[in-house]
Amino acid sequence: MNTPDHLRYTPSHEWATEPDDGVVTVGITDFAQDQLGDVVFVELPEVGRQLAAGEAAAVVESVKTASDIYAPVGGEVVEVNQALLDAPEAINTDAYGEGWLFRLRVADGAAGNARLDAAGYRAVAEEG
Amino acid sequence: MPYVPHSDEDVRRALATIGVEDLDALFADVPHEILDPPLDLAAPMDEVTLLAHLDALAAKDQQGVPTFLGGGVRRHFIPAVTPRLALQSEFVTAYTPYQPEVAQGVLQATFEFQTMMSELTGLPIANASLYDGASAVAEAALLAVRQTRREAVLVSRGAHPETREVLQTYLWPLGIDVEVVDLDPTLTTPVPTVGDHVAALIVQHPNHLGYLEAMPAMAAAAHAAGALAIAVVDPLSLAVLREPGRYGADIAVGDGQVLGVPMQFGGPAFGFMVVTEPLLRQLPGRLVGQTTDVDGRRAFVLTLQAREQHIRRGKAKSNICSNHQLAALLATVNMAALGPAGLREMAEGTVRRAHQLAAALRDDGGDMAENGRFFAEFVLRTRQDGATVRRRLAERGLRAGVPLPAEYGLGDGVILAATELITDADIAALAGALHDIGELGAGASRPAEEVGA
Amino acid sequence: MSDHVERFDVPGGAGGGRPPQRDFPLIFERGAPGRRAARPPLTEGAPLAELLGEDALRAAPPRLPEVAELDLVRHYTQLAHRQFSIDGNFYPLGSCTMKYNPKLHEDAAERFLDLHPYQDPDHAQGILELLHGLQHDLATITGMDAMSLQPAAGAHGELTGILMIRAYHEANGEGEQRRVVICPDGAHGTNPATASMAGYDVVEVPTGPDGEVDLAAFEAALGPHTAAVMLTNPNTLGIFETRILRMAEAAHAAGAQLYYDGANLNAVVGRARPGDMGFDVVHLNLHKTFTTPHGGGGPGTGPVGVKAHLAPYLPVPLVQRLGERFVLEGERPTSVGRMRSFYGNVGNLVRAYAYIRTLGAEGLRRVASMAVLNANYLRTRMKEAGFTVAYDRVNMHEFVAQPPAGLRTLDIAKALLDYGVHPMTVYFPLIVKEAMMVEPTETESLETLDAYAAVLADVVARAAADPAYLAGAPRHTPVRRLDETAAARKPILRYGFAER
Repeated sequence: MNTPDHLRYTPSHEWATEPDDGVVTVGITDFAQDQLGDVVFVELPEVGRQLAAGEAAAVVESVKTASDIYAPVGGEVVEVNQALLDAPEAINTDAYGEGWLFRLRVADGAAGNARLDAAGYRAVAEEG
Repeated sequence: MPYVPHSDEDVRRALATIGVEDLDALFADVPHEILDPPLDLAAPMDEVTLLAHLDALAAKDQQGVPTFLGGGVRRHFIPAVTPRLALQSEFVTAYTPYQPEVAQGVLQATFEFQTMMSELTGLPIANASLYDGASAVAEAALLAVRQTRREAVLVSRGAHPETREVLQTYLWPLGIDVEVVDLDPTLTTPVPTVGDHVAALIVQHPNHLGYLEAMPAMAAAAHAAGALAIAVVDPLSLAVLREPGRYGADIAVGDGQVLGVPMQFGGPAFGFMVVTEPLLRQLPGRLVGQTTDVDGRRAFVLTLQAREQHIRRGKAKSNICSNHQLAALLATVNMAALGPAGLREMAEGTVRRAHQLAAALRDDGGDMAENGRFFAEFVLRTRQDGATVRRRLAERGLRAGVPLPAEYGLGDGVILAATELITDADIAALAGALHDIGELGAGASRPAEEVGA
Repeated sequence: MSDHVERFDVPGGAGGGRPPQRDFPLIFERGAPGRRAARPPLTEGAPLAELLGEDALRAAPPRLPEVAELDLVRHYTQLAHRQFSIDGNFYPLGSCTMKYNPKLHEDAAERFLDLHPYQDPDHAQGILELLHGLQHDLATITGMDAMSLQPAAGAHGELTGILMIRAYHEANGEGEQRRVVICPDGAHGTNPATASMAGYDVVEVPTGPDGEVDLAAFEAALGPHTAAVMLTNPNTLGIFETRILRMAEAAHAAGAQLYYDGANLNAVVGRARPGDMGFDVVHLNLHKTFTTPHGGGGPGTGPVGVKAHLAPYLPVPLVQRLGERFVLEGERPTSVGRMRSFYGNVGNLVRAYAYIRTLGAEGLRRVASMAVLNANYLRTRMKEAGFTVAYDRVNMHEFVAQPPAGLRTLDIAKALLDYGVHPMTVYFPLIVKEAMMVEPTETESLETLDAYAAVLADVVARAAADPAYLAGAPRHTPVRRLDETAAARKPILRYGFAER
């Protein structure tokens, strides 16, 4: 299972970068995209929207299912990956790179659900 | 026992295979206190008796007479070839096409339907049909609410009263307000100022009284406020009238009965919804899309199912699980049978006969509340209440006159319709009958200033 | 290996060979400008521009097909041949009740085609009497006190029922407090979707290891916030909720209303009534239990029945009897309103009426008994063929199976298509992995069930001998496996006419 060490993870299969100048990038894991199958559509949050940690932020649709994506940490949406609207398959081919979903500006010390490191996430995913 | 093939020997063999003693063992899970209650149902009838029973019932109903009734359902020409093709048993006894490899019949026919509805309305994306026109309007309003995140809709009183009732039923549980725009003395809708709390402006065209509305202005008024423009349209009228896509409608909805479905006392027919591209992801109901198979053959499949209840469950765009496939198929075959020329001829015939009828009634002093242009229907004000007029005409072998609803403030009257099936003799018969019952002729008309007051 | 297994004709199939490579034409690809089939009566008169105004008219006609009648007939006849149907072969979709649709019902419906919903009611007494009779019969069969025939489909009936429950709670001053609907985790997707449309939140309760709703979890979920519980009985696993009387009591004690999803009524029709189980509202699927045609996906019909305390909220109008006359009664001040235009899917209501009159009480009882017999018989034969049954116990009209280890439900389904039979429902209910939900219905003979089991055994054997066999199925259908991803990513939802 592909789980880069430099990222943080949630039990609901989101990944998040460490804050870079207060901004965190969010996506879904390689495991998640494999479970979903071919992604056909992504519904992204509006720029400017305030999200609480754990709030449903986006929807990733495959042919046979639609999954809610939850904000790993609270913050304001500052950017979304517009390229996904035309090419949602980037989530399948490059879940940690081109397949990023949205970016949040987080408050200092904001509580978050991205408590798992790579090893911790692998354990959760293998179990479920 | 009809339809159930099991002989006693079959039952014995099956029980033995299953490994239980008797049929009761298979119902052991049902609490004994509720098992096998007596049922007060009529004794079973054989085929001959049943059909005789139904004939006796049907004999009490007026069918096969000249019909001047509208209000969302009309009696139009349906060529013999239409039901014979659409009601082939493979189409009738098929299920929803979830295994597309063996369902290309239904899937392709639906793709053809979607295309035809798109052509009629001038909008790009049609779904595979909904239950009826009224619920389609309600679903369109809900779509607008989701899309704009506003909490009210504005609807013309010219929309069918039943449509507005259904709209209320669907919108009330979600706290969405329904505001009504009254008609003006021309019996059409004045272009409203649309507030920025409004998700959609909904206008029916032709309206319930039969008159044409100023649709381009309606669409512009909606858009000026950031609301969606929803056109509730008669699909047969679109053979000749300007398409919603050409006057700025975001959504076109309506009832498809007039496209080739028998009247059947009001159902089943189908509702349709056609939308602009940006609204695709919000569209409720089934959608058939084109794709290829592993060998590159063109094929059709249910698509974008993630909007629907079986995937999205509580977050689906609607709870709708089915479409009115067989009724939509009747319309599809019918439109293919008629073609653009035939459909236009039917629409032309409808308009001409309606105008011919109106002229005949006017000539005999009929009190026409005729201030606008009309398609298939118009209002005749009457001295007796509308239901009485209708009954007295029925006694004379004519089905005519939908009672004019009180909410329009016009007093007593009927809404009369005509279609291409109406003949000169039918018109003469109706005019004569109306005269006989005192609704036409000297003394029947009212002073002009009362009209539309 | 397969010589003894009967293969049936695949609709539109290649008789054991490869299907043709060419695309089957769309109706728009047939015909030529100027051709036509049907000709309506022509009416002379003024041009429409004169009567309606030029500005009201469309500039260019819609691009509808221009085909001669014989070409029209060939197109839709050939399309019909590319379609699987009950009349064609066995179609054991779970919870769909794909029983035989009697031809007699078409004759019955034909007698009531030319009726306008607004014609003078004194001249529509026959159809009104029929609808009144059907209201009575369905109320009797379900053990309810009043019935509305208005809803156009099961999901529509569900919405009607939940809206009535909401109106009831509002009338009792508990509308604000009761915001939650409870559904089992095996529920059909329409149940939570309906609850959302009615403005409710949904809480799921788990199914226990015995295949029934976990009673402790159910009772714990009930409370002053509960508006309704939506249940199917038997449930989507085909298992009868044996504790239903206790669950009804618990729900009522908590002040909630109990809603019955009638999708599985075929298991108990004529033998047990949801009204007796304690349900307050019921919807029926006439296109399932009462064999009105599925039509390729609709129209259905979803009448809704209630106990007396909910009758004031029924949608209007209802057919009532006043002495010798039947009337459409529209005065019901506390009604939830209208759910659709006119009165219901009358064409199908006539068919259901004909069915009930043909069978009578004894016939309906026989339907349930034989439906349950056939399901248990097929369950036994499928186990012999190597399938696991998810909850291996006497089931009712349907059961949920799983494929032998290493095989996927999807692949088995595709392989079945090559044998000319239809797969069972796949991947539902969600609570069973690789679910195969099977409902044979009572109108199938044991030989048909034997043949299906033999086909399943053959598929399993071939898969064991050749691992690539399943992945390449189907091979003989008119089209083979489709690219559903492309269909969803780049939707093409209408024919692309050459630009004009």
